[in-house]
Amino acid sequence: MEMKGITKTFPGVKALDDVNLRVEEGGIHALVGENGAGKSTLMNILSGVYPYGSYEGEIIYEGERCEFQKIKDSERKGIVIIHQELALVPYMTIGENMFLGNERGSRYNVNWNATFTQAEELLETVGLSEPPQTLVKDIGVGKQQLVEIAKALAKDVKLLILDEPTASLNESDSRKLLDLLLTLKKKGMTSIIISHKLNEIAYVADKITVLRDGMTIETLDNEAHVIDEDQIIKGMVGRELTNRFPARENVAIGEVSMDIRNWTVHHPLAPERKVVDNVSMYVRRGEVVGISGLMGAGRTEFAMSIFGRSYGVNISGEMTLCGKKVKLTSVQQAIDNKLAYITEDRKGNGLILSNPIRVNTTLAKMDQVSRFGVIDKDKEFEIAETYKEKLRTKTPSVEQNVGNLSGGNQQKVLLGKWMFTEPDIMILDEPTRGIDVGAKYEIYSIINALAKEGKSIVMISSELPEILGMCDRIYIMNQGRFVGELDREEATQEKIMTLILKQGAKQ
Amino acid sequence: MNRVKEILKKNTMLFILLIVALFFGWKTNGVLFDPQNVTNLIAQNGHVVILAVGMLLCILTGGNIDLSVGSVVAFIGAVAGKLMVTYKMNFGLVIVICLVLGILIGMWQGFWIAYIRIPSFIVTLAGMLLWRGVALIILDGLTISPFPDAFKMIFNSYIADTFGGSINVTCMLAAVLACLAYLFVFINGRRNRQKKGYAAEKLLPSAGKAGVICLVILLAAYRMAQFQGLPTILVILAAVVGVYTYYTSKTVGGRYLYAVGGNEKAAKMSGVNTNRVLFFAFTNMAFLSAVAALVCVARFNSAAPTAGKNYEMDAIASCYIGGASAYGGTGTVMGAVIGAVFMGLLNNGMSIMGVDSNWQQAIKGLVLLAAVAFDVISKKKSR
Repeated sequence: MEMKGITKTFPGVKALDDVNLRVEEGGIHALVGENGAGKSTLMNILSGVYPYGSYEGEIIYEGERCEFQKIKDSERKGIVIIHQELALVPYMTIGENMFLGNERGSRYNVNWNATFTQAEELLETVGLSEPPQTLVKDIGVGKQQLVEIAKALAKDVKLLILDEPTASLNESDSRKLLDLLLTLKKKGMTSIIISHKLNEIAYVADKITVLRDGMTIETLDNEAHVIDEDQIIKGMVGRELTNRFPARENVAIGEVSMDIRNWTVHHPLAPERKVVDNVSMYVRRGEVVGISGLMGAGRTEFAMSIFGRSYGVNISGEMTLCGKKVKLTSVQQAIDNKLAYITEDRKGNGLILSNPIRVNTTLAKMDQVSRFGVIDKDKEFEIAETYKEKLRTKTPSVEQNVGNLSGGNQQKVLLGKWMFTEPDIMILDEPTRGIDVGAKYEIYSIINALAKEGKSIVMISSELPEILGMCDRIYIMNQGRFVGELDREEATQEKIMTLILKQGAKQ
Repeated sequence: MNRVKEILKKNTMLFILLIVALFFGWKTNGVLFDPQNVTNLIAQNGHVVILAVGMLLCILTGGNIDLSVGSVVAFIGAVAGKLMVTYKMNFGLVIVICLVLGILIGMWQGFWIAYIRIPSFIVTLAGMLLWRGVALIILDGLTISPFPDAFKMIFNSYIADTFGGSINVTCMLAAVLACLAYLFVFINGRRNRQKKGYAAEKLLPSAGKAGVICLVILLAAYRMAQFQGLPTILVILAAVVGVYTYYTSKTVGGRYLYAVGGNEKAAKMSGVNTNRVLFFAFTNMAFLSAVAALVCVARFNSAAPTAGKNYEMDAIASCYIGGASAYGGTGTVMGAVIGAVFMGLLNNGMSIMGVDSNWQQAIKGLVLLAAVAFDVISKKKSR
């Protein structure tokens, strides 16, 4: 299988730029790279999620040129992708799920006997001893992952693509899965695996391709299963740091404004799982502190649990704000204690897209624009105007619905909304996600200005250059824990990535 | 031309209403606009307007609907009948009891919906069965009448004319006063905005709109003045519509209704107590159902266990016709009122024309779909 010169552009960004990938039959090929490096996009092209014609370049599979219009086309060729978020129907049985869209028997008469006997055989192949009549919701994530593979086998898979298959699995389940891949390899199956766990890759992969910023950096041989982790890390992050960040004037850093000790948060649906595990951190006035880590490290969950317990259950730990011990149990309390959380998901959690800028700006602090519950719309208008000017939001009027604005301008509205609550501590979660370079620069300038005013900024970001360019101090988070803390001077992309990946490997 | 299009687009339903009114006026040879019929139209549809306003608040919170409305109307009506007619209790006290009872029913349903998070459809479906059943139990399946005159005076009579003469001067006077009050608010608002230097709306269209509204008020009042004058129900309606328009557009509570419907997660992350907003919407719905129940028993002069059948559907349809989104977050009280009037006009017009009642049902269904489809499609194009 070979992919040649693949280029894919999304509006405003070039996700893939002339990518070449050669996968040998009967081998396991690993793809590594940062979040947003283009791994998933590449695999979506291969499996027909993005139809032929929406990208440039060509796919050659078993000596033929392929033009997949939809997923079914690639599946007919034996290419099956298993996404990171499992696509199983929880209230259907394992057997039903395995043959969903691929039913046994005829269209108007499903043959359940054949379904379940075949399911049983395939489950045996993947080493899952669960009756196929079990509902999918009743088995753990690890077993669900095996069901996904069995489902792929049911489609006569020849090339299996796994997108971070072990991200939500524990040690022993991961090992089981990887061994299964090795067994299947012996039977002649080819697989491509995307993963952040270098030790796992070293264990299973024959070849490793490193992607960065939509480009293939290098492909390494791993026949001997001893890889140079440093080389991979360097390949992943080795971009040049250009001057994309406004200079920070020397800000006087004051006393500690927020101090968190031994913070632990459990998953709301699976209370036995710790999403944030014994985290301690502090931030001072005028300081910009970064929390770096990969997606799913628990950064957002940590921030939301601080912000009036808006995420998680069984939260424990101590929180001190400006020298005063507090226990915030609602968002309202958090706002009253001058805490602000600017969400990473501005469309889902942050803004009301169907409402104008004016309404969005004041929503978190209505008592400032109302008396006895009656809103002073003129005042509201004035405030929205002020923040529009201050943040230079590009819009014809503050009566414009937020849904009509570009991503960068939406982010500014969101920032304005939380600046209006006059917080001391602002937690910014991926503040520049999905916005263009110019707007990013403006957002950075705003953050610097806020720090200069004496506010404490906690910035969560997956983009290493951004973290390095903006933060005075950086915490590194992985799998719910803080695995390191670096000062501005000592921090480099390589050091951070090493901490993330090696620490992850240890667990 | 563009400006005309803009105005048409913003007030699509209003223009459809106008066309339908003119159509029926023409088909009924003007009977539709007869003084008596205008008064009838208002009296017949008063409860629908009240219920539509309540339903709008529920729909705003995210497409939640209350199916129990009709049954609550029957239940409260039954209580009113039993206390007033059978036990001869003071009617003022009965009114208070009924309203409080309405609030309690709403709190009961609101609790399950907002705090236990059972879908509103299910809770109010249960309420629909429950309250209908209780109404039947109270009335033992029978109809109670007649209600005391003093009670009917409040909900179903006319404001007395103190001047005399060929037409009802009180009615005209009230209309003129209403117009003056409206114009005052309008002009004052504009002047305020200009003084503070905000961009006011363009003078011509907004003044035109104000003029049309005043004209409609005066014309309707003139028609009513030729009959018996100002119906008390109209005063009640004006109060309900006024209060809720103010609430939804000018208060923090109203703002939260839109916020929760627009994006519940975002509202929550902004410190809005979303449960309380939901709880309030359903409590208020049952309260307005109680008001509607009193209006209904006064008009029919009886309390029947079958009262209020399908009222919830009329209320829901009014909201959607009036431009409320089925997903919540958008819609106005005035829109719901226009929707209610539209439905009423359709019923009334077809009845006068003598359309077979079986056909009326079918036509209503089609017209409802057509009206909403027209609105949805015209909005889609503008995007």
